[in-house]
Amino acid sequence: MKKASMIIDAEKCNGCHNCFLACKDEFSGNDWLPYSAAQPRHGAKWLDLQVTERGAYPMLDVTYLPVPCQHCDNAPCLADDAVYRRADGIVLIDPEKAKGNEGLARLCPYGVISWNPEQKLAQKCTFCAHLIDAGWDAPRCVQACPTGALAFSFSEEEATSPAGGDAAVLHPEYQTSPRIAYHGLHRINRCFAGGSVIRKTNGYSECVEGAKVTLFLGAEPVAETVTDGFGDFKFDNLLQGRSSYVVEVTKAGYAAVSKQFDLVTSIYLGKIELLEL
Amino acid sequence: MNRRFSFILLGLSLKLQQTARQHPVFRAHIAGRDITAQIKLAGGRQGRHFRFKNGKISSRKGVHPDPDVCLTFSDAAAAVKLLGPEIRIRLGMSRSGLQLVMPPKDAQEQIDAIKNFRVDVQGDEAHAAWFVECLNLLQSSGWKCGTELGNGVTRYVSNTQGGPLFVHVKDGRILRMMPIDHEDEDAAPWTIEARGRRFSPPRKTTLSPFALGWKSLVYSPDRLLYPMKRVDFDPEGERNCHRRGVSGYERISWDEALDIVAGEIKRVKRDHGPGAILTSTGAHHSFGNLGHYLSAHRRFSQLLGTTDVFQNPHSFEGWAWGAVNHWGNSLRRGAGEPYGTVEDALKHCEMMVFWAGDPESSSGLYAAFEGTLRRQWLKELGVEMVHIDPFYNHTAAFLGGKWIAPRPDTGNVLALAIAHVWITEELYDHGYVENRTTGFDVWRAYILGQTDGTAKTPEWQQAETGVPAEDVRALARRWGRRKTYLAAGAMGNAMGGACRSATGIEWARSMVCLMAMQGLGKPGVNMANMSDGAPVDTRFFFPGYAEGGLSGDLAGTSLALNMYQRMPQLPTINSVSQKIALRRLPEAILEGQCTGFTADPKTIEGQFAKASYPAAGYAPAQLYYKYGGSHIGTASESNRYVEMYRSDKLSFVVNQSIWKEGEANFADILLPACTQFERWDISEFANAGGIMQHAFTRANSRVITLQHKCIEPLGESKSDYNIFWELSKRLGMGAVFSEGCSELDWCKRMFDASDLPDVISWEAFLKKGYYVVPPPEAELRAPCAFRWFAEDRPKDVPETAPLPADYTEAFRRGLQTQSGKVEFEASSLKRFAPDDPERLPIPTYIPSWEGHRTTALYAKYPLQLITPHPRFSFHTMHDGKDGAMVDVEEHRMWVDGYPYWIVRLNADDAADRDISTGDLVKVFNDRGAIICAALATRRLRAGTALSFSNSSTYDPIGEPGRSPDRGGCVNLLSSKRNIIRNSHATAPNSCLVQINSWTPGP
Repeated sequence: MKKASMIIDAEKCNGCHNCFLACKDEFSGNDWLPYSAAQPRHGAKWLDLQVTERGAYPMLDVTYLPVPCQHCDNAPCLADDAVYRRADGIVLIDPEKAKGNEGLARLCPYGVISWNPEQKLAQKCTFCAHLIDAGWDAPRCVQACPTGALAFSFSEEEATSPAGGDAAVLHPEYQTSPRIAYHGLHRINRCFAGGSVIRKTNGYSECVEGAKVTLFLGAEPVAETVTDGFGDFKFDNLLQGRSSYVVEVTKAGYAAVSKQFDLVTSIYLGKIELLEL
Repeated sequence: MNRRFSFILLGLSLKLQQTARQHPVFRAHIAGRDITAQIKLAGGRQGRHFRFKNGKISSRKGVHPDPDVCLTFSDAAAAVKLLGPEIRIRLGMSRSGLQLVMPPKDAQEQIDAIKNFRVDVQGDEAHAAWFVECLNLLQSSGWKCGTELGNGVTRYVSNTQGGPLFVHVKDGRILRMMPIDHEDEDAAPWTIEARGRRFSPPRKTTLSPFALGWKSLVYSPDRLLYPMKRVDFDPEGERNCHRRGVSGYERISWDEALDIVAGEIKRVKRDHGPGAILTSTGAHHSFGNLGHYLSAHRRFSQLLGTTDVFQNPHSFEGWAWGAVNHWGNSLRRGAGEPYGTVEDALKHCEMMVFWAGDPESSSGLYAAFEGTLRRQWLKELGVEMVHIDPFYNHTAAFLGGKWIAPRPDTGNVLALAIAHVWITEELYDHGYVENRTTGFDVWRAYILGQTDGTAKTPEWQQAETGVPAEDVRALARRWGRRKTYLAAGAMGNAMGGACRSATGIEWARSMVCLMAMQGLGKPGVNMANMSDGAPVDTRFFFPGYAEGGLSGDLAGTSLALNMYQRMPQLPTINSVSQKIALRRLPEAILEGQCTGFTADPKTIEGQFAKASYPAAGYAPAQLYYKYGGSHIGTASESNRYVEMYRSDKLSFVVNQSIWKEGEANFADILLPACTQFERWDISEFANAGGIMQHAFTRANSRVITLQHKCIEPLGESKSDYNIFWELSKRLGMGAVFSEGCSELDWCKRMFDASDLPDVISWEAFLKKGYYVVPPPEAELRAPCAFRWFAEDRPKDVPETAPLPADYTEAFRRGLQTQSGKVEFEASSLKRFAPDDPERLPIPTYIPSWEGHRTTALYAKYPLQLITPHPRFSFHTMHDGKDGAMVDVEEHRMWVDGYPYWIVRLNADDAADRDISTGDLVKVFNDRGAIICAALATRRLRAGTALSFSNSSTYDPIGEPGRSPDRGGCVNLLSSKRNIIRNSHATAPNSCLVQINSWTPGP
């Protein structure tokens, strides 16, 4: 049996919203019964493009994360009689049976079921099942994505989850076995710590390239890097909320410098000056 | 008696009857028409008349004494030859055996016959137009378009500012719009081999986000579906001009609306004389070579005789008024050559410096996300990225790299400091500077402080830009030691951002000078951002949207370049030479005078010509024929435009618009135009030929589209072309305007005028709706931009500019500048105004006239507001209208049921003001106020606010022009001041404001 699944690469998303807009184009004003009733003209986010900023000037990054219905194999919404999971794994809300059932929207821990006040209907992404059944290769969001951040698969593989390798599910703690997996989630749920190394020469400042920077957690060295041409260094994929980090900067001919910090959120440690020995 | 003429007329009558039998479209056209039409020779020597009644056609030999419409030829030879290519060609191509006429010839003969009065049409204008349409329908009734997908769904094709798309239609309603996935028969794209890898784009087109919102705009509740009249406007009595923008509208019939407009046109011509009619358009229009304002609107206005409003080079300011003086390229408004840079960068580029450019937002202009993949390739190759922008823009967010955030309006200072490092550390290309440039010593002396006592060091710049000196020094060193692409502006070699500020001219000039120091054109050293320069076929001809279309305007468009010869058409000449600078339009109307530099792009010196209003002997402009509603959202200090509208110095305002928005709410009469999905047109993906030659190199594959009429016009709306045609009929010039051609007939004429007939039949193109031009063999690709120049060879890139006269030594040798080299010290400026302190012959440090150095104003308004080109709209076209884009939370934000425009603040600036994301705020200065939703972010340097430009919605909460706007027209706040006095240039990115929390009043 073919199974539908999707891999989303957060680092490839440029935030253009084409996925969100293609979804609106397909469903707003169009009834695709028995799969879905029309999306309202405004307000629905069957695909929610969530943006995360980490860090601060001059070192930050921005990540866009497309979050449609995760089409979970173990979907909490299936507790409702109006929701069913097809053999191919696509989870659908029956627009007839779901009429008037506002509580249905609250069953989803990912918050991707929205309430259509016009139709009095809980609605969500259908993986464009009406198109897949008609032989289309991919849902509209995937077809409209210019960067390849969204990849749809409809294959015979029996894998229960697309997660594996670098790909991970969003919020594994929900334990719902989503059919969507992500690359690059560390840009959402991990922190970075970065800084810049400078030195003074002939009275003016210069960036220091090639300085060795070691990250310690307590007394334990956990990562190592060297500064780039702008003297910048960045440690990523760090767990939030761990305190007592230390960076130590060393370079031949200069005194080592250490800086201690707590990692409440991603942090730019500022300019760290090396002094000549 | 000429037997061939008789035979053609007999054949025509048979063909008319046959077509009526076969084609419902034709039957519908003749239904209900009760007239006699005639074709005869002058003097009544020979002819035939055709009787149309009750949907039937009868025909008799001989001349009718009193036909309703009569086509008269001067002589039989002319008639046989010139009966009109339509009749002749259609008969010749028909399968009915009537192939007894002369072989088809081009439209030139028909034009010649009209000009020499060898053919004339008499009778009622409406009947004449109808009869000519009949003749054209003999051909087009049988045409088929679209691809059946089953289930009653037909796939049509259209094109937009954000890329071509498939349009699925069922039961006369648009179901969906989507990017074009190429079919197997479509040409495969190119492959570039670089650094051991092969790069080839996918067989599909990309779309800009706003293009995916088009369906929602077609079915927008803000559509104008009927002609409307302001309720308190009476052309025969009280006009109540001061009520514009306040009063409501009532529906009227097309006849009533057109009679009023035609009547007003005649009235001001009769009472006041030439020049009284004023017309202007936005900078952009719905896509299509024929329906574009530079085509249909231009043809109409030229025939009408209008005081035109000439635009400034809005998006190119610093390049057009600055960079051209150093490297020429005037026909590109100061932008560089676009050719071959994708391949060169993939092979050689080691670092790309994006400077005030965000191609992931501006989409390379018209080219959707075609360049995105190419930038991903650079990233995969490990090319280092630097982003210089006060905003951590979408390109930075997508690609990562080093973020350098100067204070807005100070980028030129950073540039001068980079030059200082290069000079003092010998990090520039001495040989290139010596052989390929002039005037370096003058600039060098200035940079080193030998001229003014101030060395332009990184430390000096730090006080101005806020960028740490060590970062600038590091950037300059890396740049000086690596093969570096400067990706300046939205296009990489011009447009948008910093060039639209008080220091934008100096900044753009410095960009060119920096690249001249590094060997512009050498492998891996160029100006581009991967948005254009793909190796597509530049030899295959298809015109761009700005190439004159059917305008007939040889002087004011690029028609003369290709299309006048290729698509013969009646020339149109505006007899009124009076014109008004767009940025001074309110002053022209309210104060009765203004001046402005016209910026003719044909030569470098075109920027130095000045036009004064009023022009000698012309009437003051007072009837305003406005096309669309964009000025308030896009012009500067735009409360002025509201004041203008509410003055009785404009005695009549008609607005022809698709939606009721912006200035359309200030008209006396509203004429409802339809979208391009409801009319025929023809165009190419990203082809802005006429403004930017070969702009289609932005696309990964050249895709030429027949823009199908996907659905019937909604309500009573009509295409722009048909509205102009209707008005022309009332002014007795219907035939002159239309040449008897419907829009689809013009599409066929443009198809025939291009290279398409060599590769695809009209029938196949019309049905399928697009054609993919195959890429050339690798050895036939356009060479890399400026390589010829760097190597001092004859110019070998395929652009026709500059004009032959603008070469100094020999044709195709050197740049357009007087020396033929990059001039650090511009000879054009030395000739024009060598002592102009605002624009000296070398680029220098000039503080912004509205920035942190204007201390009194800065104390009052401490935030620098920048307003870049929007990502989720193109101009005002896709914003608002209750469309899909208002749900994009980075474009508009819903607060209390209203979609507010967004202003972004640095998170600390927001906290200082007790403002959180989603709060309503008032953004204001002495020029006005707007209400926005706040978005607090770390993506902006402190002290800077950002609000994308071009809101379509003007929605004042009180008296128009004198109260805050909650529609989001940020340009209410930007200064009307020209960047420099000797320009007609806007600086929306130099705008000091304050931002406070705002609560709606009771």
